[in-house]
Amino acid sequence: MSEISFRDAFKAAMVEALTEDSRVFLMGEDVGHYGGCYAVSKGLLDDFGAQRIIDTPLSESGFVGAGIGAAIGGMRPIVEIMTVNFSLLALDQIINNAATLRHMSGGQVSVPLVIRMACGAGKQLAAQHSHSFEGLYAHVPGLKVLYPGTIGDARYMLKMALADPDPVIIFEHVMLYNQTGTLPETDNIAPMEKAVIRKTGTDLSIITWGGCLYKAMQAAEQLEEQGYNIEVVDLRCLRPLDRDTIIDSVRRTHKALIVDESWKSVGMSAEISATLAEQALWYLDAPVRRICGIEVPTPYADHLEKASLPQVPQIVEAAVQMLQSTIPTPEVK
Amino acid sequence: MSSNKLHVSREHLHFLLKQMIRIRRFEERCVTLYSEEKIRGFLHLYNGEEAISVGVMQALNSQDAVLATYREHGHALARGVPMNDIMAEMFGKQTGCSGGRGGSMHLFDISRRFFGGNAIVAGALPLAVGLALADKMQQRPVVTCCFFGEGAVAEGEFHESLNLAKLWQLPILFICENNRYAMGNALELEESNQNIYLKAANYGLASQVVDGMNVVDVEAASQLACTAIRNGAGPHFIECQTYRFRGHSMFDTQLYRSSSEIDEWKKMGPIIQLTHWLKSNHQIEAEELQAMEQAVDREIDAAVADAENAAVEPLEGLLTHVYAEAPHE
Ligand SMILES: Cc1ncc(C[n+]2csc(CCOP(=O)(O)OP(=O)(O)O)c2C)c(N)n1
Repeated sequence: MSEISFRDAFKAAMVEALTEDSRVFLMGEDVGHYGGCYAVSKGLLDDFGAQRIIDTPLSESGFVGAGIGAAIGGMRPIVEIMTVNFSLLALDQIINNAATLRHMSGGQVSVPLVIRMACGAGKQLAAQHSHSFEGLYAHVPGLKVLYPGTIGDARYMLKMALADPDPVIIFEHVMLYNQTGTLPETDNIAPMEKAVIRKTGTDLSIITWGGCLYKAMQAAEQLEEQGYNIEVVDLRCLRPLDRDTIIDSVRRTHKALIVDESWKSVGMSAEISATLAEQALWYLDAPVRRICGIEVPTPYADHLEKASLPQVPQIVEAAVQMLQSTIPTPEVK
Repeated sequence: MSSNKLHVSREHLHFLLKQMIRIRRFEERCVTLYSEEKIRGFLHLYNGEEAISVGVMQALNSQDAVLATYREHGHALARGVPMNDIMAEMFGKQTGCSGGRGGSMHLFDISRRFFGGNAIVAGALPLAVGLALADKMQQRPVVTCCFFGEGAVAEGEFHESLNLAKLWQLPILFICENNRYAMGNALELEESNQNIYLKAANYGLASQVVDGMNVVDVEAASQLACTAIRNGAGPHFIECQTYRFRGHSMFDTQLYRSSSEIDEWKKMGPIIQLTHWLKSNHQIEAEELQAMEQAVDREIDAAVADAENAAVEPLEGLLTHVYAEAPHE
């Protein structure tokens, strides 16, 4: 068992894919000579050459579309978009082409494409570099959306994504890159579309994913010290959504607290709440609570940015309120 | 300067030099403050490119509009945004020119028609088209000036904007700051045709290349372009050839270029060039230069002290500035 960083886990996954399958190539802005904006692809240009590690110009719509075309043409592209906000320039290609070609061709066209992108806040990068749009992509049928929050998933999910015949988006939270963890000894991890219970518990389920998973785990630990037994559900895959695991967890704990870095309205947390209302209402002993990003474009100032994101003390506080059943009238903000 | 076709006074040259030194030293202080973690986020320095914003700004008046990128400290300073307001913004303080919400990449000062630092590459070009369209529709005789790097030229928004600008014959001055690298991507890896000004010419814009290291050349070209634009000649395009002396941002290890290449370009730097010319033509005394630098340092010291002491916005305000009024729910 060895300790590695998320950055190295993501990189090791790419090295493996590039080594094992000659159809795989990586393209994106500054993936080669610069070494990757977040240094994930550092050294790959030297090892695999400019034919397979392709530095693209600033042309998100163009090179994402080219990735779709190359996937249709028999390649297995990994397209890196530097930051989720820039993927908005390629939204047309992702939604109007990647997600729809199979359907509108009556099943004739496959797009086995993987798109990786950095996302999330916490580095004071302000309102054009910090967002969480996984819910936006998870809205779209035809796409699969992965969000690794553990070292094992960072290391092994890419392989499953590349084996998938459909377009898969992988989110990488910028605050995770430097975090380290223990690499599982085997690549025998849960299938990519399954949620995983990271910590079992009986009193309350925290449901989260990606960049909020470690915050949920920390909160669970603190709650444990206060005598509560908390379960943490890591969704891992936001589309398709493993509703069964969510419902199953809540069936046992009877309380659900959702932690989502993105805005509360009309997003993933709303989808999970609706699932619980539709399929698990009678198991619930308390109203569902959500700790989400505050609905502002991410502010630059440190204290404002921190206040706009889910933080551990908030998760603990909400959980304690739910556990003590001193539920305030549901907040409206 | 020999290539100068503009008649410039000694005072004006001193003014240009001082503006460039202001920008250079302001940013050098920012580097220190960044290492002290007073300034956070991304910090993109304009080191080496100062002649462009300083030169172009001489051709604009207070009614003209300016748009820039995330590398815009120099543009904000040259436009006349007070240094204190900029420094406070970098500190994330409420007194900052964007109220602490924007930071280094998003300096705004609408009272000076400075429409921001935009951190989506090419993102400001369509806005420039719209601002100019509004001016044209309301018959205001002003110019919209949009700065961007050569990296933006590969984006669809660049091409769409140039086409619209010419199609609608809008009063826009496009300034491409060609520093030969988009982050770590060299020009040869960015553009199939590296003559950027030709792309604009293809859309029918009056287009030219200037030495972006020569502040007087930049000013002269901008003056001519602005006069033409104000006379109804439609959009103009100037490609300013330059070089960034430091990394793309504070995180750049610069694996993509050699230090000897950087050193070669540094010899042609805009401040060195002008200082050298002034000295060898006996247009500046050592004491004058020293006084200039001291005045700049005093201004920076004051801006830092002011930013240190300024208040941060109370947390209660978090939801403001999303809509004209905070939402009632
Ligand atoms: C749409 C978009 N894609 C990618 C980025 C990341 N990025 C920021 S600056 C930059 C390089 C831009 O180079 P250039 O336009 O030449 O300007 P310079 O930074 O050299 O001033 C990149 C890739 C971004 N901000 N926006």
